[in-house]
Amino acid sequence: MTASALSDLSMVAAAVGYLIAFFLHSLEWSAARGLAPVRPQDGSEDVARIRVDLFGRLAVGVTVVAFLVHAFAVVTRGIAAGRAPWGNMYEFVSASVMFAVLAYLVVVWKLGARWLGIGVTLLAAVGLGGAVTVFYVDVAPLVPALHSVWFVIHIVAAAISGAAFNLGAVASALYLLRRRAEADGPVVSGYLAKVPHSTKLDLFAYRLHAFAFPLWTFTIAAGAVWAQYAWGRFWNWDPKETWSFVTWVIYAAYLHARATAGWKGTPAAIIAIVGVVSFWFNFVGVNLLFSGLHSYAGI
Amino acid sequence: MRTGEFVRWCWTQLTSMRTALVMLFMLALAAVPGSMIPQETISPVEVADFKAANPVLDAVFTPLGMYSVYTSVWFSAIYLLLFMSLVGCILPRIALYWRTLRKPPPTLPSRPDRLPVNRRTTVGGTAEEALTRAETWLHGKRYRTRRVAEGVSAERGYSREAGNLVFHSGLVVLLFGLAWSNLLGFHGSAVVVEGKSFSNVITQYDEFTAGGWKNSDSLEPFTLKVDAFHTKFETGEVQRGAARRFDADVTFTDDGETTTDLIQVNTPLITNGGTQINLLGHGYAPLITITDGNGDVAFSGPVVFLPQDGNFSSVGVINAPDARPQRLAFEGFFFPTAVLDDKGPRSVFPDAANPELFLNAWSGPPAKETGIPQSIYSLDTTGLSPVPGDDGEVLRMRLTPNTGLALPNGLGTVTFDGWSRWVKLQVSQTPGNTLTLIALMVAVAGLCVSLFVRPRRLFVRIDGDGAVVGGLDRTDAATGLDEEVAHLAAAVADEEPDAGDTVGDPAGHAAQWGMSDPADPKGTGA
Repeated sequence: MTASALSDLSMVAAAVGYLIAFFLHSLEWSAARGLAPVRPQDGSEDVARIRVDLFGRLAVGVTVVAFLVHAFAVVTRGIAAGRAPWGNMYEFVSASVMFAVLAYLVVVWKLGARWLGIGVTLLAAVGLGGAVTVFYVDVAPLVPALHSVWFVIHIVAAAISGAAFNLGAVASALYLLRRRAEADGPVVSGYLAKVPHSTKLDLFAYRLHAFAFPLWTFTIAAGAVWAQYAWGRFWNWDPKETWSFVTWVIYAAYLHARATAGWKGTPAAIIAIVGVVSFWFNFVGVNLLFSGLHSYAGI
Repeated sequence: MRTGEFVRWCWTQLTSMRTALVMLFMLALAAVPGSMIPQETISPVEVADFKAANPVLDAVFTPLGMYSVYTSVWFSAIYLLLFMSLVGCILPRIALYWRTLRKPPPTLPSRPDRLPVNRRTTVGGTAEEALTRAETWLHGKRYRTRRVAEGVSAERGYSREAGNLVFHSGLVVLLFGLAWSNLLGFHGSAVVVEGKSFSNVITQYDEFTAGGWKNSDSLEPFTLKVDAFHTKFETGEVQRGAARRFDADVTFTDDGETTTDLIQVNTPLITNGGTQINLLGHGYAPLITITDGNGDVAFSGPVVFLPQDGNFSSVGVINAPDARPQRLAFEGFFFPTAVLDDKGPRSVFPDAANPELFLNAWSGPPAKETGIPQSIYSLDTTGLSPVPGDDGEVLRMRLTPNTGLALPNGLGTVTFDGWSRWVKLQVSQTPGNTLTLIALMVAVAGLCVSLFVRPRRLFVRIDGDGAVVGGLDRTDAATGLDEEVAHLAAAVADEEPDAGDTVGDPAGHAAQWGMSDPADPKGTGA
């Protein structure tokens, strides 16, 4: 079996793995329905609570396995191509989903933030599933425009900041759910009771965005420097550039909103989610809908 | 007086964070149409096509400046207002920051036990000694302190606001850098056939855009000869025809010095004067010789054909206005790898594996030189009529290299002598780039400082026999306040610090990010 075929097979397996992990997280959430916020002392819920935890643990286990298979797929793809494995849409999406899952697993390992799992595995399953079904292209060398050291710098920075933006968006979405549950009544039950308090979620999301925003600024700057070398002009208002600028402005608005009375909390969380939608539109939509300087090798 | 109030009110509104936020949203929204509607600066051809295809939309778009969004009045208005708001916001903050820096830390609160995190501790030795130990510990943690008889106030993290101000000032400087490049820079492009030269004077450009303050008559004098252009295309199954190599050997003459260089896509040629020369595109130039009816050579040389698709099916026009007795003109297609089947003639690969030239001929009586410039890429057929073929229809020629054809009625002959490649060079000068880049780097550094430095205040107050230590974070994203309060209390008590046992911490600064109630009874979480 060639490295390329091995990579293709593992990539599909990883996508399926993330899907299974997502189902397990969904079971974890649904099994927690109606459970009291705090474990009753009489032990009446112990069986149900252990089941909830079992699903959660299984989901994380499956995610770890899927991630390892995924990382193997990305590495073998790079070996097959003899270069960094992010030279086209398929490779870029699969590599950045890998960075996002890695960031998630680190957060689970260090901070125990398993509650991000349902969102992250869904994003990973959809992202990687879309990559293997819609964007797939066979291994091929790079077009001359990508022969540059910036090919690594610019794209790795984009993928890492993208990973943090995605985790931040999941935390913001959970914030909205938890916030609504807190507003509905004094007692938050079910799975949301196990998710950190909304103030903590807001803080968690903020930290991820505060990490990602300077890195995203750097991504755009590195892209501009590269563009100056490649095209003689560092900014052309090419659709990709325009949308990365739009994404930047939305996240700048998020950071300002968190410091503005009347915009804290729910509005800021919504801005963060709009930001990630803009981010994904930039990475997928722009390539599919518009032609520009960033159109390489099909899609 | 009322006017003054109104102006002040406007200024307050403009510089409020809420306005800045709204303008950020407007800026994001305003940038979007430019990615969806063709832009004059990117592709004038697409704009023309769009206008022709959508006359109704065009009637709305043209007055709104939708074809040059990023230089339109409304887009400029948004970002200029945003920058005014930014300047209005940071100037007072710079002044305030300057005063804060020169002021000692805040006065000691009378009740530090009301602070978010606080603890009561014993005093080791005299109060004097305890406060000195506290100060030493605080200085070790890079706090600025203010000592009074009853206690110590301390503050750290001043650089956060400095980072914030540097970031926003950096953006203003960046805007100046962009303006500098725009006003004093230029960019232009020229098509140069292999073996030919380009001199940097405005008449040699095919298109040229210069800033308002740039004197385009005094461009840096240099000459560039394109010796050879090398290209390679994918011949394998995957991405067949994709470009794999793309570079030009050039001879460059500047200040009387001649050097040979290689221009590649990511390695432009940069002159001593800071002019940058990039390779932007390439194509084919068939070599043509036209002999007229009198037997004289009316035209000979390469003709630039413009590629129409990824396989370089190219169109072009050959004009021989001096041919006699009839002037001659040709329009046609060049196919580097020609195929002729029921779908018509086309190229199936971008490299010249099987080049063919398809031509139609036109002839007409000699015309007077009008001096009106004509496009070299499209044929003006005024005063010309198609040359008929044998069957009475229009003459269609299909030529392979080194073949020729005699036109009917003794009009002359045309020969296809071979082909060269041409390159499209972009020449540009962006003098503000260094400033822009430095401003950007400084701004990003400032941004990191403003996001990652966490200002904090700590207080120690002697209270009876013991002391109260309290602290508060001035940002909500900080961690470790508990630990610092515990350590400071230990320094006051002259003991080893213990963990925890503090009162308060409602925002969960000693954050555990795990499940707030682990589902498993053992409570181990994930």
